[in-house]
Amino acid sequence: MAVASDTAKTIESATGGDYKYGFVTDIDMDFAPRGLNEDIVRFISAKKNEPDWLLEWRLKSYRRWLTMTEPRWARVRYAAIDYQAAYYYAAPKSTELLDSLDEVDPELLRTYEKLGIPLEEQKMLAGVAVDAVFDSVSVATTYKEKLAEEGIIFCSFSEAVQTQPELVRKYLGSVVPYSDNFYATLNSAVFSDGSFVYIPRGVRCPMELSTYFRINAENTGQFERTLVIADAGSYVSYLEGCTAPMRDENQLHAAVVELVALDDAQIKYSTVQNWYPGDKDGKGGIFNFVTKRGACRGVNSKISWTQIETGSAITWKYPSCILQGDNSVGEFYSVAVTNNHQQADTGTKMIHIGKNTRSTIITKGISAGKGQNTYRGQVKILPGADGARNYTQCDALLIGDQCGGHTIPYIEVRNPTAHVEHEATTSKISDDQLFYCMQRGLSAEDAISMIVNGFCKQVLMELPMEFAVEAQKLLDISLEGSVG
Amino acid sequence: MAKKTPLLEVKDLHVKVEGKNILRGIDLTVKAGEVHAVMGPNGSGKSTLAHVLAGREGYEVTKGGVRFAGSDLLAMAPEERAREGLFLAFQYPVEIPGVSGMNFLKSALNEMRKHRRLPELDAMDFLTLAREKMRLLEIDEKLIQRAVNVGFSGGEKKRNEVFQMAMLEPRLAVLDETDSGLDIDALKIVANGVNSMRSPDRAIILITHYQRLLDYVVPDKVHVLAHGRIAKSGGRKLALELEKKGYGAFGQSAASVAA
Amino acid sequence: MRREHPFSAPYVAQFTRARATLPGRGLPWLSGLRDRAIERFSSLDFPTPKVEEWKFTNLAPLTKTVFGPGPAKAGEDAGDAVQGFLMEETPCHLLVFVDGRYRPRLSAVGDLPAGAEVTTLAAALKARPDMLESHLGGGTAIDEKPFVALNTAFMADGAVLTLEPGVALDRPVHFLYMASAHEAPVVTHPRTLVLAGRGSAATVLESYIGAGSRTYWTNAVTDVVVDEGAALKHYRLQAEGAKAFHIAATEVRLARDSRYESFVLAVGGRLARNEIAASLNGINIDCRLSGAYLARDRQHIDNTTLIDHAQPECHSRQVYKGVLDGKAHAVFQGKIVVRPQAQKTDAHQLNKNLLLSETARVDTKPELEIHADDVKCSHGASVGELDTEALFYLRARGIDAGHARNMLIEAFVGETFEHISSPPMRAHLERMASSWLPSRHQGGAP
Repeated sequence: MAVASDTAKTIESATGGDYKYGFVTDIDMDFAPRGLNEDIVRFISAKKNEPDWLLEWRLKSYRRWLTMTEPRWARVRYAAIDYQAAYYYAAPKSTELLDSLDEVDPELLRTYEKLGIPLEEQKMLAGVAVDAVFDSVSVATTYKEKLAEEGIIFCSFSEAVQTQPELVRKYLGSVVPYSDNFYATLNSAVFSDGSFVYIPRGVRCPMELSTYFRINAENTGQFERTLVIADAGSYVSYLEGCTAPMRDENQLHAAVVELVALDDAQIKYSTVQNWYPGDKDGKGGIFNFVTKRGACRGVNSKISWTQIETGSAITWKYPSCILQGDNSVGEFYSVAVTNNHQQADTGTKMIHIGKNTRSTIITKGISAGKGQNTYRGQVKILPGADGARNYTQCDALLIGDQCGGHTIPYIEVRNPTAHVEHEATTSKISDDQLFYCMQRGLSAEDAISMIVNGFCKQVLMELPMEFAVEAQKLLDISLEGSVG
Repeated sequence: MAKKTPLLEVKDLHVKVEGKNILRGIDLTVKAGEVHAVMGPNGSGKSTLAHVLAGREGYEVTKGGVRFAGSDLLAMAPEERAREGLFLAFQYPVEIPGVSGMNFLKSALNEMRKHRRLPELDAMDFLTLAREKMRLLEIDEKLIQRAVNVGFSGGEKKRNEVFQMAMLEPRLAVLDETDSGLDIDALKIVANGVNSMRSPDRAIILITHYQRLLDYVVPDKVHVLAHGRIAKSGGRKLALELEKKGYGAFGQSAASVAA
Repeated sequence: MRREHPFSAPYVAQFTRARATLPGRGLPWLSGLRDRAIERFSSLDFPTPKVEEWKFTNLAPLTKTVFGPGPAKAGEDAGDAVQGFLMEETPCHLLVFVDGRYRPRLSAVGDLPAGAEVTTLAAALKARPDMLESHLGGGTAIDEKPFVALNTAFMADGAVLTLEPGVALDRPVHFLYMASAHEAPVVTHPRTLVLAGRGSAATVLESYIGAGSRTYWTNAVTDVVVDEGAALKHYRLQAEGAKAFHIAATEVRLARDSRYESFVLAVGGRLARNEIAASLNGINIDCRLSGAYLARDRQHIDNTTLIDHAQPECHSRQVYKGVLDGKAHAVFQGKIVVRPQAQKTDAHQLNKNLLLSETARVDTKPELEIHADDVKCSHGASVGELDTEALFYLRARGIDAGHARNMLIEAFVGETFEHISSPPMRAHLERMASSWLPSRHQGGAP
């Protein structure tokens, strides 16, 4: 049941200019009918030629979802979402037979160029393997052959369902159960694609793996599903970037990311989230309700989340670590920017189960305009977690007197040998700092940009180099016009 | 620039801070090539003068004006003044966490160069230039890799100010108590840096409490500031006289006029 | 969500029976207030951990028992039990309540300067009902807090301190609420009111103590109003009996240029919650909340604070420390709100916890909600065990392990008492904590 996409509502340049990625790609789309019911779930599953167990899992999730209500505890306010008004499946029509980049729709390739990720060039220069998810479907994966030599599997989630059914079945839902929360359960029912990574025992992935997500079609929800498995002694660094065109309506993005690190394995997961934030008056923008969780199952394993959240109208996101293995390590580094009417409620959970588990949380929240920025984090030390350590530092920077910066940590300790420390500060850019910079000839905008980048440095340093540069630019773009 | 137009012309400048009159009619003319010393006890308005020249907020000019190279200085934003060539060495240099001195100074220098229609310096050229100036001021190269002024000692902060001055090559440098808190070795280094900046097209105003710095940087003119006015102007000798007699003669207590 | 059989139902029924006999029944505003309060309690009901404010304090044990109203006559043996909790060597204006009723024979109000009054709520309702109306009926606490609503419905007696403008008390005022031994489980709803007029100054201690090992419930509410330029030192001892439930809420309203200093020592009860909400309604207010909680066995002690910076240029400080042994469970929830107009706010909060046993547990949630940019706000929280290095160091110098441990515990918690600026009060509260601070006071443990 394919419906041609209507691209007439491309945002005019009148409101544009600020959001660099707000273009719409004009290509034929393949849609499921609007709305959500069991038939849609079956449609998606059939479209992907999925095995019965996966269809059953989706249906189980869907039925569970019907019994759930949207969480309301986050410090975000938005109009009710009509879940029956969205399309739950949208794919570029020409998804089959994509063995080489030459076969990818040239229009699509131009889209990626505008995003700053020319696939061709990256293939040769950057040493970054890219899995690009366009609306819901993975369209091209570069570098596959080179990775295959190492035994690394990096492909779209749909492909993995066909080629790696045992791995998918074993790990899907093992970190984020199908019943986990409203959005994750919805995702479990209707997820359409995403990335799959498996790093074999003892292999250090020779390059950064990267996914670019983009919501293109109107009224579509994007429900991607990412699964990264690092087998014993392996290492992988994974990057994801996100953009969406500018549209007046809000669009839903409810992704699930599951990470599994076995003995001595390390996963570094970096995100630069720049979904369309809505316009200056708070119209439009992505609702970003994402469940990301990593399980440090093995001893000495490590999962490190780094996120730069500059986009979305609403962000609801808590990349977490379950520290099961003894001596395992969890890290969360975050920069979240809210400008204009953006609202972010983001943070992490560090659940210490194993002995001598360690976690570090460093967050930088920047609020400008009428933005509301909340850090919400949980550090839980269970009785068996002897010698657990946590250090948390949350700093908030406020620019202007209309915005808000909030810090809500939950610290739950049930083991006397634990050491948990939490510190938080809230401040503004001092007049002294601004004046000092301006006395040296910098404009107020440049001075603020420099000070904000300095404020975020601890987190930006955690990003791979190419991303760090992009992240800095995004910070500047996000804060444009915030100087009074 | 024509020698006839003074670089800085302060006329009958009156300034209020939080409702209090701090400057009550300052007249000061500084020509290119000159070094002036402005001396005075605590609270006489020295730092206020420096801040008003640099354009800091919170100072209300109630009367009078300032011309800089013929233009209305007070009408300019702080960064415009800086780009026009007015440099203030801060008495208390500000710490900016996370921003490397290198990045900071390179941005500042390139803003100046853009303003002067010079090509921007790339990282390599910048570093070459910086190394040269650092040698002069005996500054450890690591200093500018660190965040601006963060964790610097008092002496390091002051030397860093003079280093920035050397890099930015202003037309008028105002040094606000740059000598305070320095031991004799550091003072000599700073003085060398200042002397190396003396040139026919540049003017320097040294704001200081003590005459000690003037042993190393010999001024052309000395002004004594008291009660928000210039109470007396003279040559080098005036500073020596002050050291002997204190500021008492100018109606303000000489609480801490030491050698 | 409304329960099918609300836990509030028996109390609503008790209210219906008691309504006609509650004090002040001739006052229409008070009857109306009580009716509104019981209606609120009925609809709010006993909160479950799903209610964010009660996330870590599960009231299931409290709901298992239906507590009845107190007996008409209080136990006569209360006098001796009270003795151990009086301030030594410091004369006070003392009011004693046993099982919620004023006991003049145990009290000693003493001479007060002109413009100061220490009285009871029951007496004030007869003598000055108009003055009470604006202070008991105001505020939104009964709409949001079920137990403030419950107290308001049933309140029958309690202590009242009023200070006219400019009046300063030399001696501390001590309000002591004692629960005597009863067979049947009883709930009391003491209501304390402190009204400090413009430029006045006083030091107030509230003590909540229990004799014996019976199950009872104290549901206390204290209203505090500190007017312009006034200074109030407000201390609180919670040393209820081992099986007691103690739910207390203090609502503090501060006017410009006022100073408020609070210290809470919580050592008693099986399940205790002490909540302080301070609203800073003028500029240049200085508000300091501090406290120590010391729990062992199966005690559950919850300290919840809210400092609401509604106006600019105010200063607030919070320091709470806890030591937990046995299967004790401590909760700290501290929230700082800075409203958009409250520029130049300077707010700091610190919560530190020491766990002494394998089975002790701490949940801490320090929260900042900031809507103004020119502010200095920070908080910190930590949980840890005794410093093993320090312990070893002391033992290596020949100090035995038990003593070394005590020294370190004392060093940890003792520091909070430095926030008590009244020396006799500090000495008194240190004595009350003496089983945890052995070297500060020999003996005298309650």
